[in-house]
Amino acid sequence: MNIWIKRAYAALVFAFLYLPLVVIAVYSFNASKYSLAWKGFTLQWYVKLLKNDTLMDAAFRSMTIAVVSATVSCILGTLAAFMLHQYRFKGRRAVFASIFVMMMSPDIVIGISLLVLFLGVGLSLGFWTLLMGHVTLCVPFVTATVYSRFKGFDPTVVEAARDLGAVEYQVFRRIVLPMAAPGLIAGWLLSFTLSLDDVIVSFFTTGPTYEVLPLRIYSMVRLGIKPDVNALSVVMITITVAAVLLSRRLLKEKS
Amino acid sequence: MTQPVVTLDGVSKSFDGETAVENVSLSIKDGEFITLLGPSGCGKTTILRILGGFEECDSGAVELDGRSVRGVPPESRTVNTVFQSYALFPHMNVFDNVAFGLRIAGKTEAEIHRTVDEALKLVRLESMGRRMPKELSGGQQQRVAIARAIVNKPRVLLLDEPLSALDYRLRKQMQKELKELQRTLGITFVLVTHDQEEAFSMSDRVVVMNDGRIEQVGSPREIYEEPTNLYVARFVGEINVLDGTVTGRQGESYTAEVEGASVLVKARREFADGDRVHVLLRPEDFRVEVMKDLEESPDLAHKFAKALLKGTVDGTCYRGATYDVDITLDDGKRILVTEFFDEDSETLYFHAGDRVAVGWFEGWEVILPHEG
Amino acid sequence: MKDSLFKRLVVSGVLGWLVLFGAVPTLMLLAVSFLSRDPDNLIKPVLSLSSYAELFQPALGAMLAESMAMAATATLLCLLIGYPFAYVVARADRRYTRTLLLLVMIPFWTNTLIRTYALVAVLKADGVVNKLLLLLGVVDAPVKLMYTPTAVFIGLVYTLLPFMILPLYAAIEKLDCKLLEASRDLGASRFSTFRKITIPLTMPGIVSGCMLVFLPALGMFYIPDILGGARTMLLGNYIRDQFLAARNIPLGAAASVAMTVIMGLMLALYYKSVRRAGRKVRI
Repeated sequence: MNIWIKRAYAALVFAFLYLPLVVIAVYSFNASKYSLAWKGFTLQWYVKLLKNDTLMDAAFRSMTIAVVSATVSCILGTLAAFMLHQYRFKGRRAVFASIFVMMMSPDIVIGISLLVLFLGVGLSLGFWTLLMGHVTLCVPFVTATVYSRFKGFDPTVVEAARDLGAVEYQVFRRIVLPMAAPGLIAGWLLSFTLSLDDVIVSFFTTGPTYEVLPLRIYSMVRLGIKPDVNALSVVMITITVAAVLLSRRLLKEKS
Repeated sequence: MTQPVVTLDGVSKSFDGETAVENVSLSIKDGEFITLLGPSGCGKTTILRILGGFEECDSGAVELDGRSVRGVPPESRTVNTVFQSYALFPHMNVFDNVAFGLRIAGKTEAEIHRTVDEALKLVRLESMGRRMPKELSGGQQQRVAIARAIVNKPRVLLLDEPLSALDYRLRKQMQKELKELQRTLGITFVLVTHDQEEAFSMSDRVVVMNDGRIEQVGSPREIYEEPTNLYVARFVGEINVLDGTVTGRQGESYTAEVEGASVLVKARREFADGDRVHVLLRPEDFRVEVMKDLEESPDLAHKFAKALLKGTVDGTCYRGATYDVDITLDDGKRILVTEFFDEDSETLYFHAGDRVAVGWFEGWEVILPHEG
Repeated sequence: MKDSLFKRLVVSGVLGWLVLFGAVPTLMLLAVSFLSRDPDNLIKPVLSLSSYAELFQPALGAMLAESMAMAATATLLCLLIGYPFAYVVARADRRYTRTLLLLVMIPFWTNTLIRTYALVAVLKADGVVNKLLLLLGVVDAPVKLMYTPTAVFIGLVYTLLPFMILPLYAAIEKLDCKLLEASRDLGASRFSTFRKITIPLTMPGIVSGCMLVFLPALGMFYIPDILGGARTMLLGNYIRDQFLAARNIPLGAAASVAMTVIMGLMLALYYKSVRRAGRKVRI
């Protein structure tokens, strides 16, 4: 098949994917409030964004929860990956399967089932329930990322360490962890991004006491286009791009 | 004279500016087993792929049964390939793999059953029809690949280093089987390999290639005993290269100064006085006797009148059926001699430090013009 | 050899988390779906199948069916658009594959809410699409795209397309070129090769791509909220409304269970396709 047809098709799909984002980006720098007509380059919307306390507060909360949940997910996910890779134990296959299923589960099922759990136990929705929600969402992804990193290891390295006298915990801390470090950081970054961008799970697991950015945006955009939301979108996209680029660079050694 | 089944005429091919094949011309006879032999990068696989239809040559003509195959895609050629990695379809069992080509061609199920069973019997895998490729050993997978190719009754079967993934013993066995198969089927086989022994054991003719060009085409014996240049001589087996200068003519032979000694040599080409030459000798072509023995026995000395070069033994190496002797000639050149154990000398005969006289079996030498 | 303390802690910790946040919520959800509704306390501990019965009511059934149809169509469209695209990227020059993949990943990781919001700018009356249509003279007046089922449909395909492309890419990339050459060598045309070799061997990618599109397409309630009119409702909207507005927890739970069952069926399909393609199931 003609190479130019292939290229044209790929370009078309890319255009489809990126057009709306480009439009929003253009809007965010456009002095005109609502229309596409170019009225001059401006940063006023970004300034307005910074002055918007509600949005900034929500952004801060989002960042906080993203950092915390990414860290917790990273720890838990790495331990899970280590456990699956290194140990033989009863139900290993079941654990594999469970994590795979959790990764594939649609957000709404995760959100609803956690909501039922929280209601059943009597927890009030807020920071802690949101944290639990995000961790549940992110851990499978971290586990998968770190696990495939582990799989690329030379197993004799661990054996050498044990031959030299290291016990379990030391093997983990001094050998496995440093070698897997890039995978860990990549996992952290992916969790961070997932948490920052999550809408549905947050919707069901947080309460009015801890409103995060996506939910704030959600209530705002139901009413139409807003200039400062444009600026906010550009900022968020930039953060996402940076995180993805960084994690790709870290995972570069492994295919 | 029957028409060759494949002709290549002035075929050249480059990839990204790098020449893979340069001006190659070759005629392949119907029903022969021909091998393209050479190191990696010499262009042999490229030629195979051109024949299979996976690459188009940049210039030159390729004909199959007298008709040009330029622009003809692989699926339309009566040529089948056995891939180096076997390329068995992992989602089909052995039977379906072998039947694939027949099904595409639209043959009836009854005929397919018959033909596939025949092919499987031929490669000795009759009971394996239901198995999946991943359940088979390397050797078995390879036989499925062969069955899958031959079942379509191609005019030419192309084999891309088919035995390279097998262990030594299995490889030797498969070489015999492939040769037998070819004889039974009568199909033209074109095999590609870098293993000289493999090429020799199976082929009617061998094409020695280097750097995109053909160096020599001939039967295994011709290639081994009469190499046309140093490259071919060196690529196939061990070779000793002595240097010399032609000094004159004596009937059908030439006189020459070789490694400091005056010798009489037979050559196929014409040489003039003063031409510099290489004298090529295989390790088994030499005759060596310890000096002391010659001095002690005039009989032996007389028989060994042709022992023209003198040297010292550096060491010996036991090889089981033979033993190798490393010798440094008086003028500094180092040679390798292979001696056979026989009833007369059951024990290792030479020792490091022995002074020896070296000659060779008359007429076994090959004279080539000096290269560089 | 006795298990070290470290090992026991790790194993019990991870398993504990899995049970607490994986198994327990799911079981509770299942349990709740079989209970009855209580106006005051939300749930009455009385077993009943009324929730499931209601799911199959005609009015509800129609909405559900519509939601499934829309999700299925969106999935199909993503597949038709995404497969050729993934194929081109997978077979592209080594030098470009990295960059191309990255360009696909960026929309994948970007907040879907923001991407949906960005669509509004494109689809509204004075947005890019209408401006283009007017410019080209295809229409005389701006076409009403916003607040229609079409907009929801476009929104679904737009946000979920990357989710289809990435698994497809992974599966196509794994395909051994030599198998395709072997197929053609044996006489199969390009099209036959595609049908008999490429499709079956990339089936795991196709199924997981469909899973990653179909299930969210049922659940992403904010897309109809932002782009659709009052009529368009996805299964996700329905579940949310039951939980938050109607306060009919058992019904909402039943609907969620239905969704989980669909997911289970798709997972079984995925497993089967992997086995058939001759590979082992991996994360």
